[in-house]
Amino acid sequence: MALLEVDSINTFYGRVQALHGVSLSIEEGEIVTLIGSNGAGKTTTLRTISGLNPPAKGRVRFRGRDITGLAPNRVVGLGIGQVPEGRRVFHRMTVRDNLFLGAYVRNDRDDIRGDEEQMLTLFPRLKERRNQIGGTLSGGEQQMLAIGRALMSRPKLLLLDEPSLGLAPIMVDTIFQVIRDINQRGTTILLIEQNAAKALAVANRGYVLETGRVVKEGTARALLESPDVQRAYLGI
Amino acid sequence: MLVVLLAPKAASDLSLFVQILVIGIANGAIYALIALGYTMVYGIIELINFAHGDVFTLGAFLSLPLLGAFGLTEGKSSGVSVYLALILIAAIVMLLTGTINVVIERVAYRPLRNAPRLAPLITAVGMSFILEGIMYFWRGASPIHYPDLIPNPRIPLLAGATIGLKDIIVIVVAIVLVILLTVFINGSKLGKAMRATAQDREAAQLMGIDINRTIAATFFIGAVLAGAGGVIFGLYFNSVRFDLGFGVGLFAFTAAVFGGIGNIQGAALGGLAIGLVQAFSNAYYQSALTDVWIFAILILVLVFRPTGLLGMQVPER
Ligand SMILES: Nc1ncnc2c1ncn2[C@@H]1O[C@H](COP(=O)(O)OP(=O)(O)O)[C@@H](O)[C@H]1O
Ligand SMILES: [Mg+2]
Repeated sequence: MALLEVDSINTFYGRVQALHGVSLSIEEGEIVTLIGSNGAGKTTTLRTISGLNPPAKGRVRFRGRDITGLAPNRVVGLGIGQVPEGRRVFHRMTVRDNLFLGAYVRNDRDDIRGDEEQMLTLFPRLKERRNQIGGTLSGGEQQMLAIGRALMSRPKLLLLDEPSLGLAPIMVDTIFQVIRDINQRGTTILLIEQNAAKALAVANRGYVLETGRVVKEGTARALLESPDVQRAYLGI
Repeated sequence: MLVVLLAPKAASDLSLFVQILVIGIANGAIYALIALGYTMVYGIIELINFAHGDVFTLGAFLSLPLLGAFGLTEGKSSGVSVYLALILIAAIVMLLTGTINVVIERVAYRPLRNAPRLAPLITAVGMSFILEGIMYFWRGASPIHYPDLIPNPRIPLLAGATIGLKDIIVIVVAIVLVILLTVFINGSKLGKAMRATAQDREAAQLMGIDINRTIAATFFIGAVLAGAGGVIFGLYFNSVRFDLGFGVGLFAFTAAVFGGIGNIQGAALGGLAIGLVQAFSNAYYQSALTDVWIFAILILVLVFRPTGLLGMQVPER
């Protein structure tokens, strides 16, 4: 049984249809990437999974349970964490409070404190800034905070929406290294990226989205070698 | 500028000056308690809850029958038992106004949460009229005498000025409530969830926060403070009327904007400022000009600090 199963979803913004029968599945332990150009529907797919934009048609199943239409706060409780597009850290709260809120669905006080320390070890830049408010962090630091915050819920599945967007090249490498680390520690990952080359380099499998439809899927290697993908997304 | 205006007055009659200061601070404390509800609700759903002032009046009205039920009568009741009964009554009233405000949010505002801004705003105005109408039918249009239950011995301050026991009680209660609120908002899990919801509703949901619950909690806490304000107002001024919340609410809302809407400390500071301006204007100038003073100063502050005295300086996103 797949960890996550997205079954022919149609999602709308008002009357505009953004997704047309998108299906994908993720096995436990995988890194799966969703690539596609601007406006293809990657973010919408993530928002449909996390419950922010419920689909008009189709189902979303997580660990065999139908979670279609479940409120976002319930979805987090079931084990799906999300690093949203644009990071969305709480600008007027400290790094520590941001991390604390990431663990909102948990009740194990002591372990939360331990995890907070662990996040600050994973991201040393945040450790120096633990009492600084989110709005004063650099883009890369905010991205680390958004990832750390999402991990605080101890998700089974982590959804990442363009974590490398707008970051300096060194920071991009750090983020991708972190994604690998997180996965190795047992968290399954669904990664959205415009930087298809980097995404396919860390991923096991990938899906290509065009105007709200899945047009191609396969192992990361197969996609890297596909002439269509090379032309459209890898600039070869 | 204010210092220039006030310094000579203070020098010419220090006793009067201090006396006015006491009145201003006590009135400001009441405004602050109400302003907190406006600022919290605005902070979390960007709604000017026009009905909030009337929830404050409702607090005073609801306490009246309770005073009777607890056998508190003017001139007859005295001693520690009066204070204990009053604390209990205030607690019941706070619970009632809090619950009523949660119901108001549920039926009048939540269904309109994703509607255009103007819709809930008009609903709030309507809610205000409904509450005033209910109180009008309940107790009529004339001012209602509120039992004078707290003795008001005057304690000497400086230069012959005095402070009444009532002033002290009002000020102390307001300070304690503001401190409790601040500790709760900054330190508790629910308080942090409320701040997160205020800053970014979607991101808050992605943390697992039930935003319906945090918004309801915000309305509850705001109305708890307003209910306390209503009881204190009655005990302090000994007169209430069904439409009291309109004027007091307007000044309290102004106080919230003055201090920086959405900011707890700002609302407290704004309430204090409005109370002081009002007291000094009433005493030194004409009371007919008091509103002019208040809003002239408000406009001046907003021109130089559009976000209010303690408004947000951090970019939103
Ligand atoms: N809030 C919105 N309102 C209306 N249309 C939207 C909204 N967000 C996205 N869309 C539309 O949905 C489509 C998919 O967008 P999105 O999922 O954000 O794409 P991607 O993340 O792949 O860039 C686009 O055509 C976009 O214009
Ligand atoms: Mg996107």
